[in-house]
Formats: sequence, structure tokens, C-alpha cells
Amino acid sequence: METLMAFVIGGLYAAGLYMMMRRSIVKLVLGLVLIGHAANLLIFTAGRLTREGIPVIPSTNEVLVEPYPDPLPQALILTAIVIGFGVQAFAIVLLKRAYQTVKTDDLDAMNTTDT
Amino acid sequence: MNVVVILPLLVPFLTAIFGFLAWGNRQAQRLISVVGSTVLLIASLILLWVVSQQGIQATQAGDWPAPFGITFVADTFSAIMVVMVGVMGLSTVIYSLVTIDVEREAQGFHPLIHMLFVGVCGAFLTGDIFNLYVWYEVMLIASFVLLVMGGERSQLEGGIKYVTLNLLASALFLAAVGLLYGLTGTLNMAHLSEVVPTLVEQQGMVTVVAMLFLFAFGIKGALFPLFFWLPASYHTPPIAVTVIFSALLTKVGVYSLIRVFTLIFTGDAVFVQVVLLVIAGFTMVTGVLGAVAQYEMRRLLSFHIISQIGYLLMGLALFTPLSLAASVFFMAHVILAKSALFLVGGVLNRLAGTYDLKKLGGFYRVSPVLAVLFFIPAMSLAGIPPLSGFWAKFALIRAGLETQQYAIVAASLVVSVLTLFSMTKIWAEAFLKEKEQEDGKLKEGVEPVATLPISERLPLLAPIAVIAMLMIVMGVGAEPFFNLALQASEEMLTRTEYVQAVLGGQV
Repeated sequence: METLMAFVIGGLYAAGLYMMMRRSIVKLVLGLVLIGHAANLLIFTAGRLTREGIPVIPSTNEVLVEPYPDPLPQALILTAIVIGFGVQAFAIVLLKRAYQTVKTDDLDAMNTTDT
Repeated sequence: MNVVVILPLLVPFLTAIFGFLAWGNRQAQRLISVVGSTVLLIASLILLWVVSQQGIQATQAGDWPAPFGITFVADTFSAIMVVMVGVMGLSTVIYSLVTIDVEREAQGFHPLIHMLFVGVCGAFLTGDIFNLYVWYEVMLIASFVLLVMGGERSQLEGGIKYVTLNLLASALFLAAVGLLYGLTGTLNMAHLSEVVPTLVEQQGMVTVVAMLFLFAFGIKGALFPLFFWLPASYHTPPIAVTVIFSALLTKVGVYSLIRVFTLIFTGDAVFVQVVLLVIAGFTMVTGVLGAVAQYEMRRLLSFHIISQIGYLLMGLALFTPLSLAASVFFMAHVILAKSALFLVGGVLNRLAGTYDLKKLGGFYRVSPVLAVLFFIPAMSLAGIPPLSGFWAKFALIRAGLETQQYAIVAASLVVSVLTLFSMTKIWAEAFLKEKEQEDGKLKEGVEPVATLPISERLPLLAPIAVIAMLMIVMGVGAEPFFNLALQASEEMLTRTEYVQAVLGGQV
């Protein structure tokens, strides 16, 4: 399972970077989204994958019963997803405004501030 | 709960909330903003005083014991940085009262700038690596809005580059945090500093994670070769926003680098040192070469930000008590010097309506006070004694000679000369040269500062004067400041006090 996830994550990173390097701003934002997903899945996998148990202490017990998944990475991902949602929404609005102002979706045409 | 540590977080947060509540009421927002940043400065000074008297302060959010809860720690380095936020916050807010237009104030400039302070202070004070990521995002989202607020074409174009590269850096940072958690099972920085050195068998993986952090913070801190977003975006927003960005944002990246490489990744020191030294050298040189080619004042100064980041990194790379202290001192110095220069640039633009050095001129004759206010930070940035920049560079170069890293010493000296050249260029173009009109005649009376009403002159010039005074004080009476920096570097290098303050006795 870990091996499969490794390939999935690698694929997402590759796709995201490829999209980011295209000239269209729509593809740029898609690339950002994909890279965000890749990072989230990476945390998920780095926290070890397991299909058994739940990280809740049963009422008859004082401590967690093995085996249980680590709940922390999932909490981290939840935080990261929320943050990612916010910044991606901002990025989409920014790109839309830029498209309306510059009247092109070509990143190569948006170079007036470069030096 | 140690209130002193979280006060610099609470104050700007509450200020921002009250600012948002006063939406639409311009006067109330301005008043809340000024009061809030004054209180922030006082809170940060109290924090520094407490830390320097009683040692490292730590507090656990929600009283969950470390390493399980989120920790806030203030060691001397953090406290110094928070004081810099206080100083720059108040100066910028006062300066913004007359430089930010009414529309931008109506769009919430004041609450947003305080949200930026929340993020920056949080990043300086947190003791949890994932929490650091969260503060980075708070800081970034506020900076995104501040950068593109107003929606001019150049702002949007610069904003796209800024947003894209910073989001990429955030994703890499997140991935590095995830991998680090997978390796160690903890996120508390003090706990990490104990666990990571025990991972002898996975040293390769640890180095990979360390390099991911270097890459992520390198984008945020504008290191060579990852700095391209900075000169493309920093000159586009109103000058007050540029000032606060140049003072705080890249410094958070460098602060994080210093923090993780002194606290967590100390195992592979030789390899990291070589990498950091090379990056530091190239950052200095490319930054200053970029600046030399510029004639637009804000772009020129933006390139100098990059160049100065190289010096901060040099102190980290040399990794001796003296060099780290020099980095801390340099950080405080460069925040002041850079901001003062941008502030002067803003005043010039206000008077002459342009940032183009070729079109400026004659200000030495008509506004000698302004000329002096430019001269002090400019000479300080170039490292002329007895100003603060001299001691910062002197300590760095001495540390470099002691560790026999002659290449980086040579690079830093050459860059100093080029910085001086670059500052002289602004001096000659904007101040010394007489402004010519189209028909070749000298223009009489460039708009002098004295024509501005006193209600505008004071908020424009007072912050610059205070910062210039601070730089003179830091230069002439350098010893107490440098001792504080030495204390900070000692704490970072020994680490036991930090770990003890966070984890308590049960180490």
C-alpha cells in the first residue's frame, strides 16, 4: 500500500509541477491544487497506513488498544486542507482579476514588473 | 499560562478584530491601528525584558504538557525579533496614515496589517513546527491581500508570482513537516532537537528533510537562486506595504532557517555548512549586482534586501558563537536600515511623484533634513563606522576569518563596496544632482519638504528619524546590543536551556 501511495504522490507532484510550468494561468492554479493534494497525501502516508482499529479509547479501557492508526497526521491534513482551501480560493480570484485587467491568460505576457 | 509570551500575539489579533468591527469608520480604524501597534511595541519590550532577566520563557497552549500540546517559546532571539516587529509595526502604521489612500483604508488596510503582525509574531514565538506552518499561512494570506489591494495591473502581475512561489514553498514546507513527523513521531521543536540526533541510521533521510526545509524557507527568505518573486513583486504595492514586507517577511524565512538548523538539524554540520556558505555567497553577490543595474528606487532597494539576506545566512553557515550573534545583530540592523531607506524613498515619491532616480534630483539643496535622514541608513547599510552596519559586518567578517572561510569573507567585502556604490548612486542622483527640465535649464525649487503641512510632515519624517536614531545608538553604544545578541547565540548553540524551558524537568 505504501509503495502504491508513493507512486500516486510522486505522480501528483510531477503533474502539479508540469501544470505550473505551462503558460496558462488556469493550468497554474490547477498545478497549485495538485501539489497541495500531493503534500497532504504525503503526510497521510508518512504517518503510516493501517486499516485496523480506530484511535478512540474504549470505555472499558484506560489506554488505546493496539493496533490503532495515528490520529495526528489526519489532524494535520485537516488543518492543511482548510488552509489550502483558503489560499487556493484567493489564488483563483487573483488570477481572475489578473485576467480581467491584463486581458490575457498567458503568463509570458505578464512580465511588466520583471526586471 | 505565561501571558507575557502570548501577549505579542493577542495584541495585534485583538487590534485586527476591533479594526474589522469598526469597518467603514475610517477615523476609528486609524485610531485602533495606532493604539494597537503602540501596545504591541510595549508588549514586545516587556517580553524582551523578561526574557533577558529570567531566561527563556515557555507556555503551553491549553495547558497540554509538551511535547503533546502546542508550545510557545520566547528565547532571546525570538524576543529580539518580536521587538523588531513592534518597532517596525508602529513606524509603518504611523507612516501609513498619510501614505495609504482612502480606498485602500476602506478596503481594510489597517486590520490586515495587524493580521500580518499576528502571523509574524506567531512564527517567531511558536515552538511547534506544524504550528510554524500555520503562522506562515496567516502571514501569507494577509500579505497576499496587502500586496494586491488596489488591484493595479502591476500589483496583480507581481502578485501572481508572489502567490505562486509562496504557495509552492508552503506545500514543500508541509511535505517536509510530514516527513519529519514520519521519522520522529513528534512536532515539538524542543523534542525534535532531542529525537533527531538519535536517528543515526536514517541520517540520509534526515539530510533530505533538512534540505527540503532549506528549500522551503529559501523561497520565503529569498535566497539564491529562489528569489525571483521578490524583485518582481515588492515594488508594486504602496510604499508602506513595501516597507513592512521588506522589514519582516523575508526575515521570518531566515529566522526559521536559523531556528531549524541550530535546534534540529545539527547532525550533518559539514555538508550543511558548505551548502549554506555557497548559497550565502551567491545570494549576496547576485543581489547587489541586480541592485547596481537598477534606476528605479524601489526595485534597487528590493535587490538590496536579497543581498543583505546573504549576510544573515553567512552568520548561520559559519556556525560559531560570534557569527550567530553577528547574524542576530545584523538582522536587527538590516530591518532598520532597509525600512528607513524605503521610507525615504516614499517621501521622495511623495514630493517628486516618481521613484525613477533619473527624474529625481536636487533634494540635498531643498531638503537637507531629508538628505541626512537618507544618509544615515544608507551609510549604515554599506557598513560605515560608527553606525550599526559596521559592527554587524565587522563581527561577521571576524567570525569568517577565525574559521578561515576566506572566500565568503572576500565576497562579503566586495559586496560591501558595491553596496556603498549603489547607495552613492541614489545619493548622487536623487540628492546631489540638480534636477533638469526638458529645455535643459535648472528647475527652480524642487518641491521641498517644508511645503507639506505639519500634519503630513510629522508622520512622514518622525518614523525615519526614530529609526535613524536607533541605528546611531546601535552603532555608537553597540556593546549592550551585541551582548544581547551573544546571549541569543549562546542559547541557540547550547540548546539545553531551550529544551529545558519547553519540556521541563522530565527530559
